[in-house]
Amino acid sequence: MNGGMVIIGAGECGGRAALALRDLGYAGPVTLIGDEPHLPYERPPLSKDAMVADAPAVKAIAGEADLADKAITHLRPVTVASVDRAAKLVKLADGSELAYEKLLFATGSTPRKLPMPGLGRRCVYLRTFDDALAIRRHLRPQSRIAVVGGGFIGLELAASARRLGADVAVIEAQPRILMRGVPAEIAAVVHAAHEAHGAKILCGAGIAAIDDDGQKVQLTLADGRVIDADLAVIGIGAEPNTRLAEAAGLRIENGIAVDAMLHTADPAIFAAGDCCSFPLAVYGGRRVRLEAWRNAQEQGALAARNMLGHEEPVSAVPWFWSDQYELTMQIAGLSDEANSSIRRDIGENAFILFHLAGDGRLVAASGIGPDTAVARDIRLAEMLIAKGARLAPAALASPEVKLKRLLAG
Amino acid sequence: MSEWIEACGADDVDEEDVIRFDHAGHTFAIYRSPDDEYFATDGLCTHEQVHLSGGLVIDDIIECPKHNGRFNYKTGEAKGAPVCVNLKTYPVKVEGGKVLIQVG
Ligand SMILES: Cc1cc2nc3c(=O)[nH]c(=O)nc-3n(C[C@H](O)[C@H](O)[C@H](O)COP(=O)(O)OP(=O)(O)OC[C@H]3O[C@@H](n4cnc5c(N)ncnc54)[C@H](O)[C@@H]3O)c2cc1C
Ligand code: FES
Repeated sequence: MNGGMVIIGAGECGGRAALALRDLGYAGPVTLIGDEPHLPYERPPLSKDAMVADAPAVKAIAGEADLADKAITHLRPVTVASVDRAAKLVKLADGSELAYEKLLFATGSTPRKLPMPGLGRRCVYLRTFDDALAIRRHLRPQSRIAVVGGGFIGLELAASARRLGADVAVIEAQPRILMRGVPAEIAAVVHAAHEAHGAKILCGAGIAAIDDDGQKVQLTLADGRVIDADLAVIGIGAEPNTRLAEAAGLRIENGIAVDAMLHTADPAIFAAGDCCSFPLAVYGGRRVRLEAWRNAQEQGALAARNMLGHEEPVSAVPWFWSDQYELTMQIAGLSDEANSSIRRDIGENAFILFHLAGDGRLVAASGIGPDTAVARDIRLAEMLIAKGARLAPAALASPEVKLKRLLAG
Repeated sequence: MSEWIEACGADDVDEEDVIRFDHAGHTFAIYRSPDDEYFATDGLCTHEQVHLSGGLVIDDIIECPKHNGRFNYKTGEAKGAPVCVNLKTYPVKVEGGKVLIQVG
């Protein structure tokens, strides 16, 4: 029975897609299937505000009433077990079946597991609200938290743990934190902020052994140092949830492979958000997979349009932010496309690095500062990147030259 | 009870820009549109209570600096994810080079 539009995964992307289908006037059945027990919710607060709140709550993308109003059927917690493309059916874990006319994979990603023996109850990951609640219970003055991995989620969690008074040690195998996608100059500011707030950051620190007895964890580093913790939170990246798509015979290439319209090779099936890889027009069609909130949001809405036959390509410039202590970092574009950078200071405590390709094109901009100090200029930089603008380095470096003027020019 | 209060000088806001104005424990955002009209809304984004004055004004739209939520600052209308609750707007007049807003 059923039919119509079926969405697997009720996260940021799936939730936005369901709402967008209705906003676009689609009148047939919309079914959103998610394996979590909650309403579709925003994940970014989990490591930030929700983690330090007295009573953490889900920040829902759509409330029960919204979903009812829009006649969106939200099945939860329900896991999709398989997809039968020939019969156009999804099979649920309880054995029931659901027909689809168009299907969207919005299955997201899952924390990469630390491939080591010795992990137990006190070694955890952070992806879901339930994960966040479980971690929150351990954050209090003097509790000892080890964060394995100096990436965004680990560092945000470290900052929240410090705010709640816990002792925090971040263990990073690379020579510096935020190796992936963040320029060294900005990572250094983040590193200094953590130290100023009393978190220990250990870089170039491989882990030789973990011993988790269910009450506490002991982490032995390659250089022999030993770190004792009440809880170890592991944040070493994420992997796209592709198993279901792969079993259905869809192509996987660092994510469910889709074209610029978010189509898989099956004309009835789309994929969007953290789970998919897609060609990014602003960088000559280079295939990328993003783990970013705005991307999930925009691709959810775009997938809805294209499920209804609009055939519009992804055109957005990647955009990402992270909050730690009073600092906000924002990054537009992909800085690994660049071979030089130009710095613009914004007041005393904030700056932006503009990243230029060999031919002078602006390909990315990374900024850091208190609160939203860099936001406006990062947003303008994003528009300049979308235009493929080539700008005089001196103009980019000078705070007196307004980016809005460069955009108009 | 409503009263007109002086928010700023007309020249304090650039064209197609926004500034923050605080009054009696409340924060407002004062806008000057590209066609040189003035508008006022609540100063905080309805998504996560961030000051909109740090955001970008383009035509009729204010974009929140935090997660790029958008509002029409003339009507207060939320223009899509992640914002879904409209912004409150306030009447504005310009007199003697001053921008006045009506509150309460
Ligand atoms: C702690 C944390 C902090 C973050 N902070 C930021 C930030 O500051 N800035 C930023 O840009 N991004 C941030 N992100 C990333 C952002 O949240 C993700 O990019 C976004 O959630 C991706 O949305 P999605 O819908 O593609 O995937 P998800 O949100 O992961 O949703 C996918 C859903 O599908 C479900 N699912 C998977 N398989 C099945 C199945 N077979 N059946 C049923 N359901 C299934 C999953 O359980 C999940 O609920 C953060 C992420 C985390 C975890
Ligand atoms: S706080 Fe304004 S969009 Fe999130």
